[in-house]
Amino acid sequence: MSGLLVVRPGPLTTIQDLGRRGVAHLGVPRAGALDEPALRAANRLVGNPPGAAALETTLGGVALRALAPVVLAVTGAPAPVRVDGRPAAWGGPVAVPQGALVEVGPATYGVRSYLAPAGGLTVPTVFGSRSADLLSGLGPAPLAVGDVLPVGPAGPWPGADLVPLPAPPAELVLRLRPGPRAHWFTAGAVAGLARARYRVAPASNRIALRTEGPALVRTREGELPSEGMVLGAVQVPPDGLPVVFLADHPTTGGYPVIGVVPAPDLAAAAQARPGTPLRFSPLRSLDREARP
Amino acid sequence: MTAEGLTLRQVGEDAVLVETDGIERATALYTELLARRGELPEITEIVPAARTVLLDGVADRPALLRQLTGLAVAPRPPAEGSLVEVPTVYDGADLTEVAALWGVSTEAAVRIHSEPEYRVAFCGFAPGFGYLTGLSRQYEVPRRPTPRSSVPAGAVALAGPFTGVYPRPSPGGWQLLGRTALPLWDVEREPPALLAPGTRVRFAPTRGSLGVPGRPTALGPAARAARDVERNPPAPDARAGLPPARQSEQH
Repeated sequence: MSGLLVVRPGPLTTIQDLGRRGVAHLGVPRAGALDEPALRAANRLVGNPPGAAALETTLGGVALRALAPVVLAVTGAPAPVRVDGRPAAWGGPVAVPQGALVEVGPATYGVRSYLAPAGGLTVPTVFGSRSADLLSGLGPAPLAVGDVLPVGPAGPWPGADLVPLPAPPAELVLRLRPGPRAHWFTAGAVAGLARARYRVAPASNRIALRTEGPALVRTREGELPSEGMVLGAVQVPPDGLPVVFLADHPTTGGYPVIGVVPAPDLAAAAQARPGTPLRFSPLRSLDREARP
Repeated sequence: MTAEGLTLRQVGEDAVLVETDGIERATALYTELLARRGELPEITEIVPAARTVLLDGVADRPALLRQLTGLAVAPRPPAEGSLVEVPTVYDGADLTEVAALWGVSTEAAVRIHSEPEYRVAFCGFAPGFGYLTGLSRQYEVPRRPTPRSSVPAGAVALAGPFTGVYPRPSPGGWQLLGRTALPLWDVEREPPALLAPGTRVRFAPTRGSLGVPGRPTALGPAARAARDVERNPPAPDARAGLPPARQSEQH
C-alpha cells in the first residue's frame, strides 16, 4: 500500500496543512503549519497543491520507511536527509524506492523541518483540515512508532526543481501593530518595546512563542473579560513578559493584547530556537483610520 | 470610535474588535452580525466573547468599519435560538461551598441554579466549552483559588457570571456543581458544539449515580442529535493519548 511507516517519530512530529477556518466561535483553534511558507515550498517541490498535508518536525527529525515508491521534499529548518543511509537533497525533490528508510536528521539550525510526500498525507479531515491541534487535541495525534501514514496519489503536476528557502534568522525581529489593548500599558510601553531586547524562551511551543526580557508595565489592574484572539496577538500576562500567539493559540483569552505581529513575520518566529535574540519593531497604530 | 455605544478597535492587519458595554449587547451584536453577514465584506471568523465581538480575516476593513459605524444594536438579544435541556445530577464537589457562599441550603442552591433559562454567550477555552449567562449577578462566585488538574467531562460548573459544562476532561478552576451525561462535543455532528453561541439552555435536576447517564429530553434538533449520538456512540477517541488541553488564561 501507499504510505509511510513511522520508524522514529522524533521529539514531536505532527501532520500539518494550512489549518482550520471559520470555527473559532466554537472554540476551535486554527492550527496549521507554523512555518507556512516552508510547507508551501515543500509541496511545490513535489507538485502538490500548496495546502497538502505534510509532516512538521521539531528539532530532532524523523525516520520513515516508504511502503511504496514516493517522491518527497524536506524544507524549513535545514537538516541532513538520508535515504537508506545515503545523503539526499534537502530543499529538493527526492525519489525514494519502496522499502527504503528515509531519515531527516536533527535540524542544523532553526526548529521545524517539513517533509511533504507527493500526493500529500491523506489522514481524515476535521473541519476541513488534517492538522494536529496540540491545544485542543483535534486532528491526528503526534507521530508514534509503528504509525502508517497514508499517502494520496501524486498529482499530474511536475514539482519545482528549486524554490527560495529563507534561512532561519540569527536575530528575530517581529513587527508589531499596536492595539487592541495598548492603552492598558504605560504610554512608553509600545515605544519601549522597540528598544527592549528579548530572547526566545524555552517554554515556546506551537501555541505561543514565549519571551524572556524586561517586563511591560500595565497601567490598568484587574482582569480583562475574555475576548477573541488572533494569530500573532502579543498577549501580556501578569508577569509582564510578551507571549506571541502561534497557530494553536486559544480562540479567546483574558490577558490584554498590546499589539499584533503580522502573519508573514511568524514563519521566522517558528524557526527561532530558545535563546535567539528577539526584538519588536512597532508599526504605527491604525486606529486613526477608524474615525469617521 | 463610538457608534451606538460600540467601540471599534483595530487588531493587526485584518481584524476588528467591536467592544460593547456588556454581555447582553455583545450577544445582541453577535446575533445582528450573523444576520447581516451576507451584506458585510467577507469575514473568516466572527467570535463573540464577554463584552466584544471579534471579526477576523476581514477582506475589506475600511468598508467594514464604515458599515459598522452606522450599526444600531439593541441592548438585549432576541429570545430565539434552539433550546437544549441538560439533565444534571447536582452532586458536584463544590456544591456545598457554593451554597455556603450564597447563604442557602444545597437544595436551595440547586433550585437557584436550575431555575433560569440560560443562553450560550460565547465559546472558548476548549472546543465546545460554552460560557452561559442567565444566572442573576447576585450569585456570582469566584474561581477556585487553585485550579483542579483534571475536571471530568460533563462537569457543570460556575465561575464569575458564567455557567459552563466541560466538554472533555481538562484542567479547570471553576466551581463544580454537578454533572451531565450529555455529549457536549462531537465533530461528526452539525453543529459539533451542543452549546454553540446563541443556544438557550435549561438545567434539569436529575437523580442519578455514576455510570447511569441521564437521558436528554428532546426539545430541539440539537437535543435530538445529542440523543442520537448518545444511542450510537462514536468510535473511541483515537486521540486519547494527547496531552490535555493547556490553559492560556485562568480558567
